[in-house]
Amino acid sequence: MEYIIISIGFALVLLGLYGIMYMRNLMRIIIAFTLFNTGINIVMVSIGYIRNASAPILDAIPAAGTTPNIVDPVPQALVLTAIVIGLGVTALMLTYVVKLHQDKKSLDINNFKDLKW
Amino acid sequence: MVKKFLILLLVAGMGLIIFDLYQAYDSKENLSTLGEYYAQNGAEEVGAANLVTAVVVTYRGLDTLGEVSILFLTAAILSFALSFRKEDEIEEKELRPTSEILSIASQVLTPIIMLVGIYIFINGHLTPGGGFQGGAVIASAILLMLMAKPKLEISHKIIGFVESISGLSFIIIGALGIVLAGGFLDNRIMSLGTFGTLLSAGAIPLIYIFVGLKVGAELSNIVGSMSHNQNEK
Repeated sequence: MEYIIISIGFALVLLGLYGIMYMRNLMRIIIAFTLFNTGINIVMVSIGYIRNASAPILDAIPAAGTTPNIVDPVPQALVLTAIVIGLGVTALMLTYVVKLHQDKKSLDINNFKDLKW
Repeated sequence: MVKKFLILLLVAGMGLIIFDLYQAYDSKENLSTLGEYYAQNGAEEVGAANLVTAVVVTYRGLDTLGEVSILFLTAAILSFALSFRKEDEIEEKELRPTSEILSIASQVLTPIIMLVGIYIFINGHLTPGGGFQGGAVIASAILLMLMAKPKLEISHKIIGFVESISGLSFIIIGALGIVLAGGFLDNRIMSLGTFGTLLSAGAIPLIYIFVGLKVGAELSNIVGSMSHNQNEK
C-alpha cells in the first residue's frame, strides 16, 4: 500500500516537471507547479508511514514506557507547513500572471521575451 | 522538435534520480527517534489528543509563527502588486447578474460554512484540522459570497483589525509562556484539563483560535483583492 502511495507521489512530481517545461499557457504552468508541490507532499507523508499503524490521534495518554501504534507525526506537521507555503507561492504566481496579462493581453509564455538572451 | 527531446531528456534524468530514491525507500515498522519521543511523551506533556497539533503548535510553535508571517507577507505583496496601476486605466467592467440559485444558496450556505470553519479550528487539538484548515474554510465562505455578489467590497478595516489583534494575541500568549511556563509558546500557562475534552491541552485551543482568525482574514484578503482586480478591465 505504502509503495502505491509513494509511486503516485513520484509520478505527480515527474508529471509536474514535464508540465512546467512543456506547457505554453501560464495558467497551465501554475497548475503544473501545484502538481509538483502535491507530489512532494504525498511523498513526505508516505515516508512517515508505519506499517499497520493508525493516525497520530490518541484516545488516552499512553502508559509510561509504551509507544502507541501510530504513524510518525513529524512529517505530517512538516507537510502542513509545506501546504501553506505552497498556497502562498501559488497565490503570488497567479498575481504575477494577472499583471502580465494586463500588460501584454496574452498568456502565452513565448510572448514574454523581455528577459530572454 | 529538439526542444521536446530536451524536455523528455530532462524528465527522464529526473526520473532516474527519483527511481534511486524510490529504491532506497523501505516501509518502516518503527517510529523514528523524534517521532517515538512525541508518541510516548507528547500526550502527557502537551495534553493534545492530536499529536500533529502538539508538534505544530507547541514543539515547533516558532515555525508556525514564521508560517503565519509568510502568509501575511504573501497577502501584503499580493495586494500591493495588484493595486499598482495607472489611475486612468481603471474602468469598471459590466458584469452579468448572478443566477438566483447561486445568490440564494450563498445566503444559506455562507453562515454554515463559517460555522464549520470555526468548529474545525476550535477542535484542532482533538480532531484532524486546526487553525490553517479552519481559516481556509472561512475564506472559502468569503469566496462564495464574492461569487454571488461580485461588486461586494471586503472592508480592509475589519480584516486589518482582526488580523492584527489575532497576530498580536498569538505573540502575547507565546511570550506569556516564557514568564509562566517553560519557554516561548509553551502551552502549560493554563491547566492541561482532562485529556480528550474541548477545554484541554492548555493554551492550544486559544492559540489555534487566533491562528484560525488570522489565516481566515489573510486568505479572505487575498481572495478579495484578486476579485477586486477582476472587476476592472
